[in-house]
Amino acid sequence: MGKKILLKGNEVMCEAAVQAGCRFFAGYPITPQNEVPEYMSKRMPQVSGVFVQAESEIAAINMVFGASASGVRCMTSSSSPGISLKQEGISYIAGAELPCLIANVQRGGPGLGNIRASQADYFQAVKGGGHGDYRVIVLAPASLQEIYNLTMNAFDWADYYRNPVMMLSDGISGQMAEPVEILPYKPIVDLPAKDYILDGCKGRKPRVVKTLVLRPTDGLVTHNEHLQEKYKCIESELSLCEEYETADAEIVIAAYGITARIAKGAVRLARKKGLAAGLIRPITLWPFPSDAFADVAETARQILTVEMSHGQFIEDVKLAVNGTCPVEFLGKGGGWYPTEEIILEKIESMVAASVTTAKGEL
Amino acid sequence: MLTLKRTDVLTDACTHYCPGCGHGIAHRLVAEVIEELGIREKTIGIAPVGCAVLMYDYFNCDMTECAHGRPPAMATGIKRIQPDKIVFTYQGDGDLAAIGTAETIHAANRGENITVIFINNAIYGMTGGQMAPTTLTGMRSTTSQDGRGEHGEGPPLKVCELLSTLDGVCYLERTAVSTPKDVIATKRAIKKAFQNQIDGKGFSLVEVLSMCPTDWKLSTVQSVDFVNNEMKEAFPLGVYKDKG
Ligand SMILES: Cc1ncc(C[n+]2csc(CCOP(=O)(O)OP(=O)(O)O)c2C)c(N)n1
Ligand code: SF4
Ligand SMILES: [Mg+2]
Repeated sequence: MGKKILLKGNEVMCEAAVQAGCRFFAGYPITPQNEVPEYMSKRMPQVSGVFVQAESEIAAINMVFGASASGVRCMTSSSSPGISLKQEGISYIAGAELPCLIANVQRGGPGLGNIRASQADYFQAVKGGGHGDYRVIVLAPASLQEIYNLTMNAFDWADYYRNPVMMLSDGISGQMAEPVEILPYKPIVDLPAKDYILDGCKGRKPRVVKTLVLRPTDGLVTHNEHLQEKYKCIESELSLCEEYETADAEIVIAAYGITARIAKGAVRLARKKGLAAGLIRPITLWPFPSDAFADVAETARQILTVEMSHGQFIEDVKLAVNGTCPVEFLGKGGGWYPTEEIILEKIESMVAASVTTAKGEL
Repeated sequence: MLTLKRTDVLTDACTHYCPGCGHGIAHRLVAEVIEELGIREKTIGIAPVGCAVLMYDYFNCDMTECAHGRPPAMATGIKRIQPDKIVFTYQGDGDLAAIGTAETIHAANRGENITVIFINNAIYGMTGGQMAPTTLTGMRSTTSQDGRGEHGEGPPLKVCELLSTLDGVCYLERTAVSTPKDVIATKRAIKKAFQNQIDGKGFSLVEVLSMCPTDWKLSTVQSVDFVNNEMKEAFPLGVYKDKG
């Protein structure tokens, strides 16, 4: 067993990044992710890495663009408003097919919103966020151990697929502390050689990193087709999902991240009361584990989507389920979060309603 | 002995620049300096978004594209990871002094050990002649049709003057490419800006007053006159900072 440490979620992510070989961090302060630049400002010099406090989130993501083109494992982090500023850069990095990690410790929005936890950046994260037809791999950890493990994996997947990866965390996960086992880093995939690095053209032809494709006339069509093929491949290889008590569940909660952690508690409460509840929790939000959802929809009578936003995640749940099972909703934005009891109440009301319906049918 | 040959730091590609454009001259000067300093195989250049966006087709060294205005940030990432490499940005006035002002000022103030070639043609060339931050007072553009300054546009932004107040900056010089004498002076300044980086001296920027006959709607000869008579007056040539 590895050594256990007690750190905040934001710091756990940093330490995992360092263990995975991240040697460049650029960021700009914003609550509730300030522990990230603070930790990295101290930790990077200790491992001969580079920390830059950028003048803005825009500058930070473009510094990461440069670091990635230099071949080093690199990351930036922010919270919702700052992630909005990074979108142009993320689009460029995705278009240029370079690896990096972007962490979004989500807070309430829109606008300046507040600094409480939120999941309202779901659409922005999984549907592209910036301009153009691109995707980033989006990870949704539900515990600090998972933040640790997924952060390590994130660098591997970024390198393997040459694609940005986003860690979609939130203010609660970032701020809370719990013991985490420090596991030594070991690559989980065969890492390809980085044959795109700009390091001076000594002994080889000059290389160019770019996203502009003017020639041939349909060159950008071809480039987009290539990207889509890559995304299809990622979809088929990397959909991760956890199921809890779904086998015999009549009501299955669909939730991700911190909400899924709370929902798991609600499932336990429901089971104690003799209600057949279960949980399906995507670990990758893109690619979305649609097959697992479709399977659950076959056996469940109802699905309850719980999210800390006003109905974003539910759209992907409905797409995956494709009308084969009714999907109920429980969620709010602006810093609201569900308790186990609130979720349990909702489950009970769904059960009651289905009994009434059943009677009505008689 | 005077030898005239094409530098191998430029590719054989035929550039897309308009006749009389200053970008081609500036490219050649940068390329010659890279050749003379023997640094082609360790140089990484950052192209702007602007008329020079395709400069990676013309330079025979590692090159990258960058979002509009962000080259100094990207250069920071590259140079910090590879301090032994030579990193330069090449940027227009819109790129460097409007959308990218923050990146420019902060890279300069951090004293990033990079070389910045700043092409000031007082116009947005690529997008068809809109007002630039450096468009002269009274000068017409497609978005200042009554002449700059009539409708709250403010006076032109003077980059060398502005940056000269920053302690982090090593070297700032404003030159032009409108006369043979100016071209020679520009090459000397560019060489110094690269040599400073080789010597680890920090942020060096050369502002080059440059012709844009197409969007100024002037002939090539009139454009040269415009630089010599109007631009040099608004943007005095000279060394604005030299830490030595
Ligand atoms: C974010 C963003 N905004 C606007 C543009 C459009 N755009 C492309 S080049 C340019 C201005 C170029 O002017 P300058 O930097 O002076 O370069 P020049 O073409 O004059 O050499 C603009 C506004 C863009 N590509 N990206
Ligand atoms: S539009 Fe102006 S800056 Fe652009 S290539 Fe033509 S002359 Fe040069
Ligand atoms: Mg210009």
